[in-house]
Amino acid sequence: MSVGDLIPELILLLAAVAIMLFASFAAQRHQAWAAGLALVALAAAGVASVAQWGQAPQLSFAGVWALDRPAIVAKLLILVSGAVCVGLSPDWLRGDRRHGEYYALCLFMLLGALMMAAAHDTMELVVGVLLTSVASYPLAAFHRGWAPALEAAMKYYLIGALANALLVLGVVLLFGLVGDTGYAATAAALAAGVDPWGLVLAVACMVIGLSFKLAAFPGHAWLPDVAQAAPAPAAALLTVVPKIGAALALARFVALLPDAVAWPAIVALIAAATMTLGNLAALRQRDLRRLLGWSSVSQSGYALMAIVVLDAAPRALPALLAFLVAYSLANLAAFAVVTHWRGRTALDDCRGLAHSRPLASAVLIVALLSLVGIPPLVGFVGKLLLFEVTIDGGYTWLAVLAVINTVISLYYYLRVAATLLFHSPSGEIAVLGRASGWTLAMTAALLVVVSVAVQALLAPLMGIAFVA
Amino acid sequence: MILTLALAVPLLGALALAGYPRWSAAQARRIAMGAAGASLAALIVAWLGFDPRGPQFQYVVELPWVPSLGVAYRLGVDGIALAVATMSALLFSAAAIYPVDTRGEPRSYYAWLLFMQGVSLGVFLTLDLLLFYVFFDLSLVGMFFLIGRWGHGQPQLSALKFFLYTFAGSLLLLLAIIGLYLSLEPRSFDMRQLIEQQPLAGGGLYAGLVFLALMLGLAIKTPLVPLHTWLPQAHVDAPGPVSAILAGVLLKMGVYGMIRLPLAMMAETFARYAPWIGALALLSILYGALVALGQQDLKRRIAYTSINHMGYSVLGIAAAAAWVGEPAARQLALAGASLQMVVHGLITGSLFLISGSLWQRTGDYQLAHYGGLAYQAPLLTGFTVLAAFASLGMPGLAGFVAEIQVFAGTLAVYPWLAVLAIVGILITAALYLDMLRRLFFGHLPASLASFSDLGRAEWLVLGVLSLGIVAIGVYPSFVLELLEAASAALVGGR
Repeated sequence: MSVGDLIPELILLLAAVAIMLFASFAAQRHQAWAAGLALVALAAAGVASVAQWGQAPQLSFAGVWALDRPAIVAKLLILVSGAVCVGLSPDWLRGDRRHGEYYALCLFMLLGALMMAAAHDTMELVVGVLLTSVASYPLAAFHRGWAPALEAAMKYYLIGALANALLVLGVVLLFGLVGDTGYAATAAALAAGVDPWGLVLAVACMVIGLSFKLAAFPGHAWLPDVAQAAPAPAAALLTVVPKIGAALALARFVALLPDAVAWPAIVALIAAATMTLGNLAALRQRDLRRLLGWSSVSQSGYALMAIVVLDAAPRALPALLAFLVAYSLANLAAFAVVTHWRGRTALDDCRGLAHSRPLASAVLIVALLSLVGIPPLVGFVGKLLLFEVTIDGGYTWLAVLAVINTVISLYYYLRVAATLLFHSPSGEIAVLGRASGWTLAMTAALLVVVSVAVQALLAPLMGIAFVA
Repeated sequence: MILTLALAVPLLGALALAGYPRWSAAQARRIAMGAAGASLAALIVAWLGFDPRGPQFQYVVELPWVPSLGVAYRLGVDGIALAVATMSALLFSAAAIYPVDTRGEPRSYYAWLLFMQGVSLGVFLTLDLLLFYVFFDLSLVGMFFLIGRWGHGQPQLSALKFFLYTFAGSLLLLLAIIGLYLSLEPRSFDMRQLIEQQPLAGGGLYAGLVFLALMLGLAIKTPLVPLHTWLPQAHVDAPGPVSAILAGVLLKMGVYGMIRLPLAMMAETFARYAPWIGALALLSILYGALVALGQQDLKRRIAYTSINHMGYSVLGIAAAAAWVGEPAARQLALAGASLQMVVHGLITGSLFLISGSLWQRTGDYQLAHYGGLAYQAPLLTGFTVLAAFASLGMPGLAGFVAEIQVFAGTLAVYPWLAVLAIVGILITAALYLDMLRRLFFGHLPASLASFSDLGRAEWLVLGVLSLGIVAIGVYPSFVLELLEAASAALVGGR
């Protein structure tokens, strides 16, 4: 146990506090400097995380903190997502009086997600979930003068309060059953046998609680509203980062459970419901941001497929991580385009944009095709791995359902592409400034580079495992 | 190396056209013609150097791509793949030369056309199962944009329907590919290993399901009745050269896939279900011909004959896969089925290009609005008559050679299917003769008084395609040599 194990997290914490202080005293025209500070902190945290890669997997701080490769991959992904969001934000928030503190909220949110990804203790998990939640609500409501933003934040908060209460209830029940909060002790106690009904109740509460952060059924309802009404860069963050943390947290947690709980069946049902619901709801959306929100719900359903077969297929964890990388990059690129177009959100306003904004339109179309899983984009590799492990793990029906859902999803993704391409343009459109343009370009480049050099992504992921 | 060249030149050309904004329409077209032609030339060189008595797969290239998954850049051809790929490259060159209204976006039109050429050739040239899927899927993307942007009628609806329908098929194919992949130890997407090891021999539910998913996916693409309903609309609304590609190249991916995947990798399972596949093929032959006969729209009529003609190919494949029958007969059927692919590409490609020419001149596909063009447009009439007669199986032309082999082979394996399928030829003859009568004979409507005959680019392209049709009809052995060697390797393996 050493403080050095927490360097990335500490960097974020200190930077968040520093930004908070800076924002309180700096003049309005200097507020954007906070973005630079946040980027530096994210880069430093990224370097510190990479430095941990070579260490042997271990548990730190009396077993509550996992330092293993899945956690590091998730951390890097979370930090990259954070950097994209921060890069998109200065142009978006230029006129806002509370510009500086926005970045502090972002960093706190990221910090909570990092904790979720690395938590090896139920109390640690609760702290992480609550930290992301507390920082996310104000981010969703950042445009507080705008009614849809308030509505979205209120919905987010209410669902979050319920889900988090259930999570805490589950944690307490589990503690009562096994007498410990650490995962290692919990696993040992569960293997020795506990009251099955109590355990089922505790697991149900915790899974439902985590479904909120994952934006999976039944805790998904906030996501489309938040995607639509939060500041577009924050929407990019909120649709991606909590999902990464929660997916890792859920995977770590279910790996503890004995077979008697039949958790794969439960998670499989949640996965099926989530992907189907998300896709069917996305079909009728006339609003690009809402559509991306619902698509993001359905993508959670796909991600859950890997968790279902965590025990049954050896490559389930690599598949989960590869899918999360693919999803995050594509979703960030899509939201970067929306941001760059000043949050243009009604699909009808996007007619023929491919003619006046060819590059940004191409990025959006490529991002959407990656979300569908069209080869050779990285989204295809993610889905291929998911299908493979799901069939390998004996859940062929789930893979077939995911295929049906993929065909359904193609419809609404293609509708966006068709709107951009096959109509005549309706006038010139305004775009945000240079910073958002550069961030958009960088995100798109990252998506393409990862797609081309997919072996460089997969090689470190293969054989990856949670610390015992 | 030479295969990589054939694959890469069109893709690089597409990239250049998409990336460099200054080229004019004429320059863009010239670049497309050059890239398509270079790719065709590379394949012809490969053909000349191909040794029919050599190993099954030649010009093999293997480079690691994603070793973690067992995916590699593997190319290589047998006779069937080489013949179909060369025919495809020829058709793409024809489509690039053929004049078409690019609606003010010549660069992107030709870029997509070259992209389609690259990925289509990829399907035929690859020896990696996953790469096969990648190219298979990308061909849908290219076709979606070509139909949606440059089509007529209801292009967006047709493009969307085409993409959704065939994407469902290709995802089933993906599941089956994963099923094959999981059955191999160590896991790999190498087609040669799958063909050699036959991992799913011995049957069982698993093999049956993988076979079902494979055949469903490929049958949608081929298409076999009753999975053909995407085809007529996509064909009618696409511009002429794109229809030629769709019928001439994309449909072949389904048939070629049946030979390359289920027939080669799951021979035992295929043999068990071969009578059912044969019956489905018969249904396609008869239904396709009958529905084509009923069409009043020129392009719909040609589109439905594709269903009929692909039925012959599938019938030949089913006969080749069967338990019963002499190996020689099954080989004959398979060679015929493969030749039918090449021949259908040339003939139907010509017919769709001709219908594109008609649309350019009149904007109309209704047969009832035409008539008496024989005097007005003798060149057009000549090429159409030749292609139509070839399509209905006139001896001396290419269609006859392919069909006689399919029938002769099938007769020895499944006599009843063959006898019933011959009825299809009769109906096809009727529908083509009717079509020719309505287009070229009778009274010339007043609206067509200023109808102009084919331009130079048009008759040159049609001339080359017709030359191919006649050459295969008169002296088929230059193609058959390749196809028979590959068929012997596939059928004789059991």
